[in-house]
Amino acid sequence: MARPPVEKANKRKYMLEKLSGRVFLFCALLSVISLLLIIGFVFFKGINPFVAEGYSFINFLFGDDWVPSEDQFGIFPMIVASIYATIGALIIGVPIGLFTAIFLAEIAPKKVAKIISPAVQLLAGIPSVLYGVFGLAVIVPFLQNNLGLAKGQSLIAVILVLAIMMLPTVVTVSETAIRAVPKSYREGSLALGVSHIGTIFRVVVPAAKSGILTAVVLGMGRAIGETMAVILVAGNSLIVPTSLTDSVRPLTTNIALEMGYAAGVHQEMLFATGIVLFSFILILNFVLAKISAKGGN
Amino acid sequence: MVMTTLLSKHNKKVKEDLQQMTESNGKTKISVRDLNLFYGEKQALYSLSLDIQEKEVTALIGPSGCGKSTFLRTLNRMNDLIDGVNITGDITIDNENIYQSTDVIKLRTKVGMVFQKANLFPMSIYDNVAYGPRGQGIKSKKELDKIVEESLRGAAIWDEVKDRLKTSALGLSGGQQQRICIARAIAMKPEIILMDEPTSALDPISTLKVEELIADMKKDYTIVIVTHNMQQAARVSDKTAFFLNGEVVEFDTTDKIFSVPKDQRTEDYITGRFG
Ligand SMILES: Nc1ncnc2c1ncn2[C@@H]1O[C@H](COP(=O)(O)OP(=O)(O)OP(=O)(O)O)[C@@H](O)[C@H]1O
Ligand SMILES: [Mg+2]
Repeated sequence: MARPPVEKANKRKYMLEKLSGRVFLFCALLSVISLLLIIGFVFFKGINPFVAEGYSFINFLFGDDWVPSEDQFGIFPMIVASIYATIGALIIGVPIGLFTAIFLAEIAPKKVAKIISPAVQLLAGIPSVLYGVFGLAVIVPFLQNNLGLAKGQSLIAVILVLAIMMLPTVVTVSETAIRAVPKSYREGSLALGVSHIGTIFRVVVPAAKSGILTAVVLGMGRAIGETMAVILVAGNSLIVPTSLTDSVRPLTTNIALEMGYAAGVHQEMLFATGIVLFSFILILNFVLAKISAKGGN
Repeated sequence: MVMTTLLSKHNKKVKEDLQQMTESNGKTKISVRDLNLFYGEKQALYSLSLDIQEKEVTALIGPSGCGKSTFLRTLNRMNDLIDGVNITGDITIDNENIYQSTDVIKLRTKVGMVFQKANLFPMSIYDNVAYGPRGQGIKSKKELDKIVEESLRGAAIWDEVKDRLKTSALGLSGGQQQRICIARAIAMKPEIILMDEPTSALDPISTLKVEELIADMKKDYTIVIVTHNMQQAARVSDKTAFFLNGEVVEFDTTDKIFSVPKDQRTEDYITGRFG
């Protein structure tokens, strides 16, 4: 007698279960679909000049001249600028970020860490245009005055701004990795008469290696993809940089500066620039996946 | 009949004499006087005083939470790592007050420690054992090779791992890892080795191996071992200290503690009638 209503209630539960499953699936699909749409669109537009209109992809990648009005589309200087800027930012940002993370996780008194940690995280939330404004208002004039440059907007300015911008990522991710190192490793090392600093560099940091590498790759992604802040401090000259003080135009900047008015092949070439940029990011993600797979072992 | 009793009496006498001889030969290695320890407001050790003899095994027994680990960790100042720990009283090792001298690194070189859970580093067996000596600035490969082999032999595990020194130490069994931990401690050529329940995570056979090892190491090292295993304390130690609620209730030769304890609480604990 009591049975049928119970079954009915169960049926409702199963329905609900199924329905919520569908909702989750739909949401998950939505993000995948938007990703595919964006990639598809960019690739469709960007490949067109090379398949339909006879432009050489090699000339595009390795050409030195970008003069849309004369039908010349070479992005080599921008590739070089992007790579230099990213590597430069890593050289400055990673050691500073790593030392900050070590300080916060291992050395700073709890009270100090409690103030600095959130401050660093807040740094991540600042809109990138403000970094650019800061660079333009502080770093650029500083370089201009101290290095005697005609124009402070330069590769080094980009590097400095990007280094600051990657700090929150590098610090937060590596701090988390360092804190996750088991306490027993530290005790084991200290009990062997190894100093605090020795313990940090010989046991703790190596044990956090894969997390720290992840931090570096994420910071790199941030640097190579950054657009707004870079536009303001790069100077945007179309030359292959030969010195840190050269004015440069990285890939992202090129797209953002010209997309507003470009049409036809010019526009498609900007999409092609996007493909190159996207390839860099893909490679980084691939590396990241490799690292985390290794860290899991 | 009379002869045999006489003989056994004689034997007993000889044994006692021997025991007294070894006892009087013993030199005080660690001397603890009126030691109090506080975790913040909470007192964990109450005016402990005891002398630990050189080249003996001293066992610390007592119910969970009575302060055995806390006491053990005062001997190499590992409690310094914990915020808010306050210590009063004196601990001297070889007549040197370890809380007055500030050279913790020297202290920990002299006083090695083996933890309850094997805590090898995520590196090769070789690098684990060579870790401490490298920290002391030993770089020569020949010298390190020698130390590693000696230490692994000293921990009776050389034959088991000699062909895989360069492989990760974390791939070994729990019992093997614990013996590598002992080798790692030995590699520092310490004089004292502290062990906090070194076999509590091991199977009976590995436990036996570690116990044999401890008995063997006694000739070179002064050993202080925390254990919850009464048989183990009885098997490996010369002296036993019974801890209760942060105090040492009784400290005597292991024989006496386990046969004729003076304190009712000690007797209750070792016979399992406790609580
Ligand atoms: N870091 C700490 N902070 C505060 N109190 C602590 C800390 N470590 C231990 N205590 C307290 O000190 C007392 C003694 O702890 P201890 O670890 O020395 O006991 P134990 O005898 O080793 O116990 P067990 O046999 O379970 O290992 C316990 O009451 C414990 O709660
Ligand atoms: Mg304990």
